Amino acid sequence: MSLNTLWFIFIAVLYIGFFVLEGFDFGVGILLPFLSRDKDPQQVDVKRRLMINTIGPHWDGNEVWLLTAGGATFAAFPHWYATFFSGFYLALFILLLALIARGVAFEFRGKDDAPRWRSLWDWSIFLGSLVPALLLGVAFGNLARGVPIDANMQYAGGFFNLLNPYALLAGVTAVVAFALYGAIFIALKTDGEIRQKAHALAGKLWIASVIVMAALLVSTYFQTDILDKLGVNPGVVPIVGMAAMLAAGYFIHKRMEGWSFAMVAVGIAFTVATMFLILYPRVMISSLDPAYSLTITNASSSPYTLRVMTIVTLIFLPVVLIYQAWSYWVFRKRLTVESRLVY
Amino acid sequence: MDAVTLGRLQFGITTVYHFFFVPLTIGLSFLVALMETLYVQSGREVYLRMTKFWGKLFVINFAVGVVTGIVQEFQFGMNWSEYSRFVGDIFGAPLAIEALLAFFLESTFIGIWIFGWDKLSKGLHAAVMWVVAIGVNVSAFWILIANAFMQQPVGYVLRHGRAEMQDFLALILNPTSWVMVPHTVAAGFVTASFFVMGISAYYLLRRQHVDLFKRSFQIAAIVGVGAATLVALYGHSQAQHIVEVQPMKMAAAEALWRTEEPASFSLLTIGDLSQREEVFSIRLPRMLCLLAYNNLNCKVQGIYDLQEQYVNQFGPGDYFPPVAVIYWSFRIMVGIGFILLGLALWGVFLVMGDLFEKRHRGLRLFVWAIPLPYLANASGWIMTEMGRFPWVVYGLMKIEDGVSLVVPGGSVLFTTLLYTLVYGLLMAAAIFLWTKFIKAGPEPAPTGHEPEADFIPTLAGAQD
Repeated sequence: MSLNTLWFIFIAVLYIGFFVLEGFDFGVGILLPFLSRDKDPQQVDVKRRLMINTIGPHWDGNEVWLLTAGGATFAAFPHWYATFFSGFYLALFILLLALIARGVAFEFRGKDDAPRWRSLWDWSIFLGSLVPALLLGVAFGNLARGVPIDANMQYAGGFFNLLNPYALLAGVTAVVAFALYGAIFIALKTDGEIRQKAHALAGKLWIASVIVMAALLVSTYFQTDILDKLGVNPGVVPIVGMAAMLAAGYFIHKRMEGWSFAMVAVGIAFTVATMFLILYPRVMISSLDPAYSLTITNASSSPYTLRVMTIVTLIFLPVVLIYQAWSYWVFRKRLTVESRLVY
Repeated sequence: MDAVTLGRLQFGITTVYHFFFVPLTIGLSFLVALMETLYVQSGREVYLRMTKFWGKLFVINFAVGVVTGIVQEFQFGMNWSEYSRFVGDIFGAPLAIEALLAFFLESTFIGIWIFGWDKLSKGLHAAVMWVVAIGVNVSAFWILIANAFMQQPVGYVLRHGRAEMQDFLALILNPTSWVMVPHTVAAGFVTASFFVMGISAYYLLRRQHVDLFKRSFQIAAIVGVGAATLVALYGHSQAQHIVEVQPMKMAAAEALWRTEEPASFSLLTIGDLSQREEVFSIRLPRMLCLLAYNNLNCKVQGIYDLQEQYVNQFGPGDYFPPVAVIYWSFRIMVGIGFILLGLALWGVFLVMGDLFEKRHRGLRLFVWAIPLPYLANASGWIMTEMGRFPWVVYGLMKIEDGVSLVVPGGSVLFTTLLYTLVYGLLMAAAIFLWTKFIKAGPEPAPTGHEPEADFIPTLAGAQD
């Protein structure tokens, strides 16, 4: 396997890591206003705190997967980084603002108890989770579908080119699937009333997820070149992804939270992997002329840089996985309204 | 304004703003880890309350530093895509390594630290803070390696129309980074020391939580003296290095228009509006030689001669940097550096003689000094970055060649305005919280033996 292919895989792994980890904490943020409903405003706040505290220790470490994916793209495929980031300029800008608001919101929200202060940061968490989920879905939809790229590797479209129906469907899919994932995470990490509610909601969100994912799958056959790339039978990766999503429904029904969570995680991972399979060996597909597409060859860094980065990654990525796994182990206990909440 | 100017403005605003939070994170992570270690070793409650108080201020700062750092990681591709294409091969690597080695580390472990108080043993919890501190400093190291390449490109070869990495070791061993890293990191420790000393002084002036804040002041004063000394020493090394690799930056910092031998140090120079001629100047003969070469006989090239030399070397063009900006930012930075060194020494003097009561009023100086390191840090970066004009990568790529081709000026203006607005709101929220927590003070000491009770009467006695 060439280093270029290896780096394509690394970047796919970083994005998959990001979606599998940040996916559920985006989901928790999206569900914040909905799962906290109560007649008593005090109880609303307690429930929100409970939800936020399930992801409190983890969201920051999860988000770094996206930043590392960005940094790795810069190092390994500078043209990909340059074309993608300058081309999707306003979309990324909105993404950044959303992530900024969300990041400080977790830290700031609990530090004052004025209702307006809390409400400001609750909105930041909600929109800061919903908007990135939607935008990243849209961005990946566009990556799979292709965008106007000219002969000089420059993006030749505008902001509104990115808002085509297929990409929007991908965005909605991301939002719904992450909401499902978040609901299961809350059910897995809490106890008491909220766990029951999260469970009930997960059942509904599962139905919605399967519908939008099926719609996305069908339109993928029309909107991307998956037929040329993977064939009518797309192979094991997308099938495992769909099967895992279907299996999640069974486990949700059986109230097996750990298994439901694992199945949705697999479903998301394999769906993202499918997107990268459609892309390979291109990194950005030109809708103007296939010859203008950026590929793992014409967009890459020099072999020397790829070699250096491979060594660094092979040493340090496993270390990251070990200490992040440890952090989940440290905070493995379920939270209840009686728990000592930090945020 | 065109896209280039707007892009520079945006980079300037977002970077200076980001770097408003970074130095405190660099220094305070270490100080909080030290405080918690003192708690673990001594078992004394006062150190636990100290750790929690400063830790709370630390995490507010950390949060804003992290979220504004995300913008930095994306901004190269968004506003400077042609720059990214040109240097990605060699400049992207340290950024990616920073994310992988440091950003993951600090972000994961800060979460464990904030939430782990009753989940981990005391010792392990303190160790987690050390990991955060290490992560933060490793992060600074890699970012500065990347910046050093822009100041002094090394370890590359020009191939396929771009700068490709040829020698990773040379990139890390860049002579610029070895003066820049210690200078910048030490400045972070100075910032944190003065933050801690200033807030401690505020409490000592009000005679509240005296024991806790005396101890905090002690720790910060000692670290502050060491750090301020290092800042000055490495600042000096950096000046000597700059005169070699970026003589124009030094000439501008000294408003040295014509080559001088021996070169004089400018005490005060006022230039005309064109920034190309001086109107008035007081200069100390030979003193620039001491700064730049550690001797009294040297030749330092002036701006006009360098302009001529660059035209010969790089082709026709305007190589005049914005002299006034560089001249004054250099002076603000160095001036504050010496004031802080003096103040830190005086702080240690107060600590050694336990003179907090006698010299009580002088403590106010430390409260007022809190903003000074911030001003010096920003000035230092403004000098470093604007002094590289007209280069984005020194000698290799001019600023206007690095800008994104497909991003219209209007988009950059729009995003710049919104960044400024959002960053302003963030600053307001952070300052609101800081003020609130500083006013609220540390948690009260546990009931039972009140260690501060022994101390308060003596202070009260001194007051009578």
